Amino acid sequence: MDPRDWLARNTFHHSAFQDLRRLVAEKERQGLRLSLCIPTLNEEKTIGKEIMLLRAELVSRYPLFDEIAVIDSGSSDRTREVAAAFGADVYESADILPETGTRRGKGENLWKAIYQLAGDIIVYLDADIKNIRPHFAYGLVGPLIERPEVRYVKAFYDRPLAGAGGTRPSGGGRVTEILIRPLFSLFFPDLAALIQPLSGEYAVRRETLERLSFPIGYGVETAHLMDVYRAHGLEAFAQTDLDRRVHRNQSTGDLGRMAFGILQTFLSRLRPGGGAEALPELHAMLRQFQARDNAYELVEHHIVEEERPPMIDLPAYRQRRGLPP
Amino acid sequence: MSSMEQVLDILPAARKAADDLRDLLLANAVMIGEIPAATGNEQRRVDFLLQRFAESGLSSCSSDERRNGAALLPGSDGRRHILLATGADTGVPDDADQTVEVEPDRLVGPFVVDNSIALAVLATLPLLLERLQLRLRSHVLFLAAARSLGRGNLDGLKYFLANARAPVHFGLCLESVQLGRLNHACLGMLRGEIVCRLPDDYNWAQHGATGSIIPMNDVITRINRIPVPRRPFTSIVLGSIHGGISHQNIARQTTLGFEVRSESADILHEIRQRMEDLVAEVGAQSGLRVDLDFFARREPGGLDIGHPLVRCGRAVLERLGVTPTTYRTTSGMSAMVDRGIPALTVGVTTGERLGRLDEFDEACAIGPMAAGLAQLVGILLAMDGGHADGPA
Repeated sequence: MDPRDWLARNTFHHSAFQDLRRLVAEKERQGLRLSLCIPTLNEEKTIGKEIMLLRAELVSRYPLFDEIAVIDSGSSDRTREVAAAFGADVYESADILPETGTRRGKGENLWKAIYQLAGDIIVYLDADIKNIRPHFAYGLVGPLIERPEVRYVKAFYDRPLAGAGGTRPSGGGRVTEILIRPLFSLFFPDLAALIQPLSGEYAVRRETLERLSFPIGYGVETAHLMDVYRAHGLEAFAQTDLDRRVHRNQSTGDLGRMAFGILQTFLSRLRPGGGAEALPELHAMLRQFQARDNAYELVEHHIVEEERPPMIDLPAYRQRRGLPP
Repeated sequence: MSSMEQVLDILPAARKAADDLRDLLLANAVMIGEIPAATGNEQRRVDFLLQRFAESGLSSCSSDERRNGAALLPGSDGRRHILLATGADTGVPDDADQTVEVEPDRLVGPFVVDNSIALAVLATLPLLLERLQLRLRSHVLFLAAARSLGRGNLDGLKYFLANARAPVHFGLCLESVQLGRLNHACLGMLRGEIVCRLPDDYNWAQHGATGSIIPMNDVITRINRIPVPRRPFTSIVLGSIHGGISHQNIARQTTLGFEVRSESADILHEIRQRMEDLVAEVGAQSGLRVDLDFFARREPGGLDIGHPLVRCGRAVLERLGVTPTTYRTTSGMSAMVDRGIPALTVGVTTGERLGRLDEFDEACAIGPMAAGLAQLVGILLAMDGGHADGPA
């Protein structure tokens, strides 16, 4: 599919799915179960609002979601207590598939959610969305309910419905624009049609999710896009404009570490038949600098993008889902 | 017809049902509170309310020329109309951060107390009545009134009442706080601004470089000398002052916002005259232009404390374990009182303004909201059942 055609056909605005009665009826007609997963680590300030609002609007008022779950990485604040008080199903990541051990990272929680949650579609939302609205969730599941060929829906933000006309810059954050988009343009030009490939909000069908391996750190979104693209092509993706997202801003140093992890994931995926077999062994040490008085200090970060295998390869998962061994 | 005792017996179930609707109420409060709605710019909030009314099955959901949002819950006979009203606007400027934070026991955000919670209650009450399977005989009008605050001066509510197709028999004004308030009567009120400004031909040599702040100080000193009686209750609130742009420049304009409240229309009139006189004096002495603008006026009036509607309200609150506090208010109820409509103002929960410097952030408790919603059921049923009727 030509990326321009894809952009026209598979790019939505959340308002296209605002008729929730119709969406719920269609979900029920297809016999789908929907799960919403919020991975957390010390999010007590925002988690209550997110759970309360989504549960009120998308479980109580319109029964679109069958479960709202928090998968927590061992928060030291009141995240789990607050989430439970507002009615979320709360799980500690370490308690899910304990025989596989525990890794620290958002990808770990996303991966374990596939095992723990029951939905045929899982929506992942970050926990730090200050301006959370129901459309953050229904805007992502809408294309999956209405378009059977779509497997994976990404969010993008900040394209107002009303504007002064003409063109204006649009796209992702700093890491997207100076790292991911150039990389995709070089190696996977089709994927450059995604406006915000690193957005932390997306909805995926289970049969796709369970076949994906999961980097547990920064590279999880990049890995998903590359793997789904290789397996199903650009037609498997859609993207939904969720208007505006207010969240914490990250420092340049944090973004540098993120970029390092993403590069590890990207390059490791280029190797098997990807044309980059000749790459040397990748180092796992990122070096950054900080100034103290008149001296510069070298700060070293050891960043290794460990990966979890496709969930469907785990015997425990196959047993839980009633799949043959 | 149910007796008042039967009405009161419904209240525990009403509170339980309201508690079950807690998250829907809070979600409404958050979404309403985060929609900018400075006075005169309430349309998006009103649209949200209208959508909620329509989803709840109310009829005639519509916005009028003043951009009020109104809807009708039809009664079985519709011989009476009960108006349930609250202001749709907020004192928060449209460009301010309007994020509402949700904590396990409270909401915190800019002006959540004034008036997001009351609007959320208006949006949620139809669901509560449906859950309780209560069908009133009277028509109930739900109104999110535009332009209620400041210079808006209850413009939306006044317009609605002036143009209502049928007479309103009872009014119930909702305020977010405080649960237990039972305002049965209104204080008279004068709201205005005094502006000191340097004229274009200001003679700097003659008058010295005092600018507009020192004459305004003189105005304030003179206002403080106005005798304010304790009975009838009277007060003068100096609510805001703005002037100048920097440390080193002479302030060309200073503005004082104030409100005078009194149980007596005569005293209000007297204070008004005194303020007009003192402003004229300061203007003459300072060589500045000093303007006084009273842009809002409300007359005292309302129900006696022994009126059956007040008694019903008290009984409802007491049955819910809430101590009623009866006092006079300057709320929107005065627009109803002006038209002779028996009315009450009630609060939904407990809350407070946080002591932060921007003066916007307010906090309100989640726990009492169920009782706040349940009281509305009780008062509506009392009005509907004829228990609140006054002497003919």
